[in-house]
Amino acid sequence: MAKARVKVPKSVKKGQAFLVKTLISHKMETGLRKNKKTGKKIPRKIINKFVCTYDGKEVFSSDWHPAVSANPYLAFYVKATKSGPMNFKWTDDDGKVTKKSVKISVSG
Amino acid sequence: MADKLKPHTYERREVLALAGTGVIAVAGISLFPVTASADAAAVSKAVMKRIGDKSTKSGRITLELPQIAENGNTVPIGFEVDSPMTDSDYVKAVHIFAEKNPSPEVATFRFTPANGKAKVSTRMRLLKSQNIVAVAEMSDGSVYMVKKAVKVTIGGCGG
Amino acid sequence: MRKSYQGIWTLAALAVAFSAFAGTAFAGEVTKYQAGERRSGYTYAKKETQMIQDDDLANPGYLWVDEGEALWNKVDGKAGNSCASCHGGKVVRLNDVATRYPVYNAKLGKMQSLEQRINQERQEKMGAKPYKWESKQMLSLTTYIRNLSKGKPVNVSIDGPAIPFFEKGKKFYFQRRGQLDMACAHCHVDNPGGIIRANTLTQGQSNGFPVYRLKWQKPGSIHRRFRGCNKQVRAKPYGYGSDEYVNLELYLAWRGRGLQVETPAIRN
Repeated sequence: MAKARVKVPKSVKKGQAFLVKTLISHKMETGLRKNKKTGKKIPRKIINKFVCTYDGKEVFSSDWHPAVSANPYLAFYVKATKSGPMNFKWTDDDGKVTKKSVKISVSG
Repeated sequence: MADKLKPHTYERREVLALAGTGVIAVAGISLFPVTASADAAAVSKAVMKRIGDKSTKSGRITLELPQIAENGNTVPIGFEVDSPMTDSDYVKAVHIFAEKNPSPEVATFRFTPANGKAKVSTRMRLLKSQNIVAVAEMSDGSVYMVKKAVKVTIGGCGG
Repeated sequence: MRKSYQGIWTLAALAVAFSAFAGTAFAGEVTKYQAGERRSGYTYAKKETQMIQDDDLANPGYLWVDEGEALWNKVDGKAGNSCASCHGGKVVRLNDVATRYPVYNAKLGKMQSLEQRINQERQEKMGAKPYKWESKQMLSLTTYIRNLSKGKPVNVSIDGPAIPFFEKGKKFYFQRRGQLDMACAHCHVDNPGGIIRANTLTQGQSNGFPVYRLKWQKPGSIHRRFRGCNKQVRAKPYGYGSDEYVNLELYLAWRGRGLQVETPAIRN
């Protein structure tokens, strides 16, 4: 399944705080639902951590609980320092990791 | 953007008034002999777990929520904290709580001066109409809080 | 001479004024979400829901568009082809599919939905297994293909061989069914904008399908929606890909003619 989508501006000016939009496909199973046929609880399985690194350091992170909606959308700001990759990492309850990287083009 | 409130510490009578609406926001005053709903107490406990034994002020953080949610399982939420986001003055973390959810914690967002702006948008699940509480921890140790209500209807039609 | 010339212009002005007033009898106003009196479900949604649809990155339906594109380019089946092998990498010839389907298939002697055509091509041209109607693969592929028509007005043909099937679909739409003894028309013709059991009714248009329903937390086909609606009036639902539903799909597409394709739409 196509996992994640990320959008950043095509180019940014140095020092400018630019908007980063991220979206990832995930059911975010809360652990509260019951299987209608068996009556058993469907176990929790969510993405519980999101991390963004840029220019050599972790600039932003987020801890998620089951109250985060399915197919989680997260938008935040980052200050442009220099051109280079911006890396994203989503971690599941079971340790599974999804990664994505985009290029940031900084002018000035 | 909401108007910027001057931060102030809650006076005793203000807490009593707040408690009357079912919300106890200040960790240190949870011993007050007022009746609070179990939900508000759960949030208060969850807030204390995050920020420790600190008092919260109002102001600097604003919440953007729909008045009525189209569907409780996908409720857009946005917040912004008024902060210069410099190395000496920035937002460390923002915690979001939902008073009447099965468990109050929604998410925690951790910032650095490298963000430039402490402004976030995401989507959350709400079980029913309730208050959303956002708590912002600053680099100087101060804590700010805001509370906003959202209506959630549970539709019965639609296959 | 001058007098009669003036008279013609006065008549013309009156005709224009009258047509603006007449509504569906004439073309009527055509905007992004409205064609005369036909209104997209978008116009009944709350502002926040509309904003999710409008933002291509925030719109979760696009996760399935991406997956559909990957499937489009993936080799599958004994023939060693992908969809792209025949239809070309740029998919130019299929960018109006959502404006035309369902289409009459002479070999089958009846209407054919997009899902059915996809499976026919998979089996005959690719030697690949058919996808289940509501599978992740079929939803991804139909979302991707229909999204190629996004912004184009629905313009389905109900002429010639399609006529009897259109009539069947129309009859189904107005026919009472189920323990609640209700027809599609009762909600979607008589009461759009009204509230039923805390949900806002719309005209029940199909221009945004497969729709990412907040309720489903994923996209769903229009046949899934038909089944749900039928169950809600306590009627036995027909099967995915049944003749009844394909004919109904044709009628609905005609009912929403002129509305723009919005796939993937966001609805409650």
